Amino acid sequence: MRKYSVFALAREAMRSHKGWEPHWVSPEPRPSYDVIIIGGGGHGLGAAYYLAKEHGITNVAVIEKGWLGGGNTGRNTTIIRSNYLYEESMDIYEHSLKLWEGLSQDLNYNVMYSPRGVMMLSHNTHDMQSFKRHINANRLYGIDNEWLTPEQAKKFCPPLDISKTARYPINGAALQKRGGTARHDAVAWGYARGASDRGVHIIQNCEVTGIRRGPNGEVTGVETSRGFIGAKKIGVSAAGHSSVVMQMAGVRVPLTSNPLQALVSEPLKPIFPCVVMSNTVHAYISQSDKGELVIGAGTDQYHSYSQTGGLQIITHTLDAICELFPIFRRVKMMRQWGGITDNTPDRSAIQSVTPVKNLFVNCGWGTGGFKATPGSAHLFAWLIAKGEPHRLAEGLTLDRFRTGRLIDEAAAAAVAH
Amino acid sequence: MLLIHCPYCGDDRSELEFRWAGEAHIARPEVISEISDEDFAEYFFLRDNTKGIAWERWRHIHGCGRFFNAIRDTVSDKFLLTYEAGLPRQPVPGTEPVSAGGAEGGAA
Amino acid sequence: MSNYRIKGAGRLTPARTARFTFDGKIYTALEGDTVASALLANGVHLMGRSFKYHRPRGVLSAGPEEPNALLDVARDAARRQPNVRASVQEVFDGAIIRSQNRWPTLGFDIGSLNNLLSPFFAAGFYYKTFMWPREAWAKLYEPIIRRAAGLGVAPTETDPDHYANRFAHCDVLVAGAGAAGLTAALSAAKTGAEVILVDERADVGGALLFDTSTMIDGKPGYDWAQGVLAELTAMANVRVLTRTTVFGYYNHNFLGLVERVTDHLPNPNRSLPRERLWQVRAKKVMLATGAIERHMVFANNDRPGIMLASAARLYLNHYGVAVGSRIGVYTAHDSAYEAAIDLKKAGVEIAAIVDCRAKPGEALVSAARNLGIEVLTGYSVIDTAGRLRISSMTVARNGSTNHRKIPVDALLMSGGWTPSVHLFSQSRGKLKFDAENQRFLPNIYAENCVSVGACNGTDELGALLAEAAEAGGGSLSVSGEAAFGWTGGMIGAAEGAGKETTVKAFVDFQHDVTAKDIRLAVREGMHSIEHIKRFTTNGMASDQGKLSNMHGLAIAAEMLGKEIPQVGLTTFRAPYTPVTYGTLIAHSRGDLFDPARKTPLHAELVKAGAEFEDVGNWKRAWYFPRRGEDMHAAVNRECRTAREVAGIFDASTLGKIEVVGPDAAKFLNLLYTNAWDTLKPGKCRYGIMTREDGFVYDDGVVGRLAEDRFHVTTTTGGAPRVLHHMEDYLQTEFPDLKVWLTSTTEQWAVIAVQGPKAREIIAPLVEGLDLSNEAFPHMSVAECTVMGVPARLFRVSFTGEVGFEVNVPADYGAAVWKAIWERGQALGACLYGTETMHVLRAEKGYIIVGQDTDGTVTPDDAGYGWAVSKKKTDFVGIRGLKRPDLMREGRKQLVGLLTADPTEVLEEGGQIVANPNQAKPMTMLGHVTSAYWSENLGRSIAIALVAGGRARMGETVYIPMKDKTIAATVTDMVFFDKEGGRIHG
Repeated sequence: MRKYSVFALAREAMRSHKGWEPHWVSPEPRPSYDVIIIGGGGHGLGAAYYLAKEHGITNVAVIEKGWLGGGNTGRNTTIIRSNYLYEESMDIYEHSLKLWEGLSQDLNYNVMYSPRGVMMLSHNTHDMQSFKRHINANRLYGIDNEWLTPEQAKKFCPPLDISKTARYPINGAALQKRGGTARHDAVAWGYARGASDRGVHIIQNCEVTGIRRGPNGEVTGVETSRGFIGAKKIGVSAAGHSSVVMQMAGVRVPLTSNPLQALVSEPLKPIFPCVVMSNTVHAYISQSDKGELVIGAGTDQYHSYSQTGGLQIITHTLDAICELFPIFRRVKMMRQWGGITDNTPDRSAIQSVTPVKNLFVNCGWGTGGFKATPGSAHLFAWLIAKGEPHRLAEGLTLDRFRTGRLIDEAAAAAVAH
Repeated sequence: MLLIHCPYCGDDRSELEFRWAGEAHIARPEVISEISDEDFAEYFFLRDNTKGIAWERWRHIHGCGRFFNAIRDTVSDKFLLTYEAGLPRQPVPGTEPVSAGGAEGGAA
Repeated sequence: MSNYRIKGAGRLTPARTARFTFDGKIYTALEGDTVASALLANGVHLMGRSFKYHRPRGVLSAGPEEPNALLDVARDAARRQPNVRASVQEVFDGAIIRSQNRWPTLGFDIGSLNNLLSPFFAAGFYYKTFMWPREAWAKLYEPIIRRAAGLGVAPTETDPDHYANRFAHCDVLVAGAGAAGLTAALSAAKTGAEVILVDERADVGGALLFDTSTMIDGKPGYDWAQGVLAELTAMANVRVLTRTTVFGYYNHNFLGLVERVTDHLPNPNRSLPRERLWQVRAKKVMLATGAIERHMVFANNDRPGIMLASAARLYLNHYGVAVGSRIGVYTAHDSAYEAAIDLKKAGVEIAAIVDCRAKPGEALVSAARNLGIEVLTGYSVIDTAGRLRISSMTVARNGSTNHRKIPVDALLMSGGWTPSVHLFSQSRGKLKFDAENQRFLPNIYAENCVSVGACNGTDELGALLAEAAEAGGGSLSVSGEAAFGWTGGMIGAAEGAGKETTVKAFVDFQHDVTAKDIRLAVREGMHSIEHIKRFTTNGMASDQGKLSNMHGLAIAAEMLGKEIPQVGLTTFRAPYTPVTYGTLIAHSRGDLFDPARKTPLHAELVKAGAEFEDVGNWKRAWYFPRRGEDMHAAVNRECRTAREVAGIFDASTLGKIEVVGPDAAKFLNLLYTNAWDTLKPGKCRYGIMTREDGFVYDDGVVGRLAEDRFHVTTTTGGAPRVLHHMEDYLQTEFPDLKVWLTSTTEQWAVIAVQGPKAREIIAPLVEGLDLSNEAFPHMSVAECTVMGVPARLFRVSFTGEVGFEVNVPADYGAAVWKAIWERGQALGACLYGTETMHVLRAEKGYIIVGQDTDGTVTPDDAGYGWAVSKKKTDFVGIRGLKRPDLMREGRKQLVGLLTADPTEVLEEGGQIVANPNQAKPMTMLGHVTSAYWSENLGRSIAIALVAGGRARMGETVYIPMKDKTIAATVTDMVFFDKEGGRIHG
């Protein structure tokens, strides 16, 4: 792989950029692989990358039914933070955040991780109790998260309305300064490039239609739109389609796939310096490097694979945004879209062995999977390589739905991702 | 915004009047206290989450208040049929009826 | 300043003028002008700077597809709108218009240095650099990039305008009022159908606005359109909405429209909304959205003065403006000839028509040549010159190196027409590729919808009118005749912008995406059109690729050696054009954002000087400060008074559900962990509700009024979900039970009177009930009258004192409250709010579901194991409670905490550890759920969830804070009146 550098860029500028290599190669599939990852989003590509880089397993294929990063990786609002409540959550999200901090250098690909701070607004006593519970838990774990007064919140994010006469006045905020955003497409492309460079096969436009099992029930490969491809191990990382893929192996998972919508404004000069979330009024907003206000809306109530949702979800979100930031009422929505989120009953992810031998699953990241990408991928690679979960992901197994040992972030705090 | 036919009101109404209530025809076990942990997880947590034709429940919460069942294509979001709670799992319109037996005949 | 307005041309009234400023300079326009037509009339083409290279740009179009001329338009400081398309915004007198994305001036922009550095700034360059040192991206590079990017400046003041929202239903919604839309609408309307006809322009007619050579029903097209409009407007079953855009096509024929009501008016009546959102459910949708002309992709095709041919024709024929004095034409499609012909006839010099096709339509070529226009067929424009305005085009015969430079001050181009299938695609209809005409057309419909006219690929006028008339369902017959038939068109890079060049041939103007950027993306492995789009940002600007998508696709397909359909098409997303947030939120702002719920006693609480807090949607009285008191002092006084005398509290927000029927007790047995059949009428019991998973879901006192009637109370926020939960089980799991559920939360005003003198306060007001301890002990309920008003009286306590809750019909609440408060005052009682309520209940160890429990707490964890019936064979939660983790030793349990320093009040949310010296990550045992200063105890108290808490009584635990570590002792949860005698007093 040709390394990216200022010098490489200058050299290519002199010759009209004709010397760049493809980010990844798309070879014909081999008859079989040691590991097949189903799902070419950030999580799947990342898992392949870490399998090759850290476990020396390079006979790997990532199979994607569409285009890389075309699912939730390329559709989310790119919020990154690790200030979760439960230790099981802090374990994985903080692991992930630490990887984010060095990811561009590790991949030699600028994923534009931008720690400009994620501020979560508190509007009432319940919010305050919940946020302080998080802040204290985070501090004792070693995660930065601090309480701000309304005035400090306004200073950190000047467009914020902190007047007492607002319908839901702000009584404070929790700020994680290391939180922020990253460039979503770059994450998929950077991992694909790194994985491809280490020998991983990236196979796009190839839909998995079945999972073949051997005499002892173990997986032996996948049926695809391009024929059968053998595999010793299979890792499913298919986000909203995880239920569909897992059912091919006869495994039901506790997931509901819901539409989640997002929207961007027309591009504006820098006005919004950080990420702001409010769970009470349901608003998530940041500004992209191109100047668009990126806004996450809520999930539609019903289960759907349509990647579209209702206008009322969008308008409700904008109600909240304009309530918090009245100066944005004249700003215009430029584009809206939807993704399919895979939600578990406790709103925590699943990373687990399954009842089927050599079949592993990584799913249930719901509305918050982007931030987990490097950590999830890193630990999923471990799970596939070793056959058992990494210490940091022990709590995420399927068994918790039998025992009742849930990681109920949502119930604990009514905090969305 | 979906347009939903309430089988009790006999009218097409906006989604704003309804609340989705999960997959249909998952009957609560008769003697729930006796079932195994695995069966409880199956009953309470595991779902088909079907891509395609799905049987589901809705409630006309801001209307008649009744729960009812629906058949909807979760790819196109088209409703194929709505029918009253308590009826067995209905066949997809235009197809052969499926046999309604066991848990599938349950009211839930 | 030269005037390019041509006498006798156009449809505007010369006598009606409007004055506006552009970058501080005053200009005069005619009423009806767009900002673009007005500036062009004044000879101004330079209207903007591009996003990345800051290249000077002129207006390219005369419609919503405009990528270049995005301006900041203001009425006053607060009514300022960035990124307004000059080609759409109508001029109004007094408009203050500024250019964007330039510094210091539009003519001299420092940012255009980027243009010189453009070899470095190829597509996706930022992924390859700015990575060293590690922190520099966020601290150094990103801020620079962010400042350079963006376009307009966001508003800085709160928008004073208001917006409106309407819902509508119709039989037929017609999007687009050109020849096809008007015909379809009229045809449908004549069948009696309810029709809504929508067009984004101020005037109907669509292409007829510029196409003056077309005759329909024997009249010039524009006149025919005006006639149809008059006919439609007169029909009661038709609503015509102009200046209105169908921006989104959602599920089940639900469409979003935005109507621009006042943005074109000089002094709009303030009672008018600025814009109106229409949300329409249509039985049938007819798309007559027409087609959009494409530009040609060639070297330096972006200089001011270069524009679409149809735009120039519209500026001439509608606005009476010539876009130049010596105009060149570069085309691959016949339609551009008509622009040249119209301009020539209006007296404008046409330098040459350059047609890249060897054999264009013969009739048009002759017509042009007959007017003395030079027509070069099989030629291409291979370059242009001019810094802030085009000054010449360089022309060469295809395949030849000889070229000729032709001076021009404007250049019209046409690459043909792209059907507007945006709305069709939003509806999730499937497109097919029409290879012959290189375009995507509607194929499989997902909704009850039909496309007519140019958006359906039906170009020939007669066929178009017939198709539209038929779609409308009526028997309308309309005949039309176009002067010329049009053929031609190309997508992709034109001559000279091919594979090996380094020229800047723009595909996406706003984002500065060139043909070579698209090729670079393909070389770098981006083989999906979605990847190419995202890597180059082609089609992602505010015009959303209306001009660029097809070109980008063609260039990528050529590079990949694939057919266009194999490369695919990016998804069309709503909105069709950008929509103001204010319009989308319409009335949902301020008090209407989320209307506050107020109790029937609210006005009385306000009069009494209450401070309020938000609890869910409710406004609840928080505390009642007297003069000079802060919250702490007020709460201390309230707490003391309530225990010493009595306190009066508005408890109306308690959720209330009436459970009635012969099987009511049986039903509650199933829904609550407790047993209810043993509860006698006239008695109350505290109940705990779990879901199947066994975790505490809600709690509250349930009173049995009769064998078949229960008055159930829930937590303040919990009533709707509890009722939903109950209805779910009643209707679908236990449908045989004869039980009826009714929400009565709003029916009753609830006045809690608590304290030693509670009985004395209410007794004189209560009729027909013996309130003595013997007759009406703790946990009793009775129906009676209070001041003659039918009432339900509960003897319950959330304070540990003698307590009553007086329920009276909401309308009588205020009167009864006043009477009780009058008596209370005389006896020395106080009003108290939620804060005091919290302290008093915590002193007694009563929990608040949602604060002390959080959805992971079982009844036993909360210390309420006694409330779980051991005898029942079924209730919701019975199995969930027996799961291994819920039976596990060492679960977190609610306990009391007493700090070593009694003046130290713990922080709610503080985390608890056994070993304060452990290194991070520390092992957390649990957290503080409630913590208060107890004035009655003269010390702080707290409730906490602690792992294995009940086995730790007397142990010291630690709560490490940011600046100190607090030690506390684990105790039981009852801090005050441990014997519990007061409640029976």
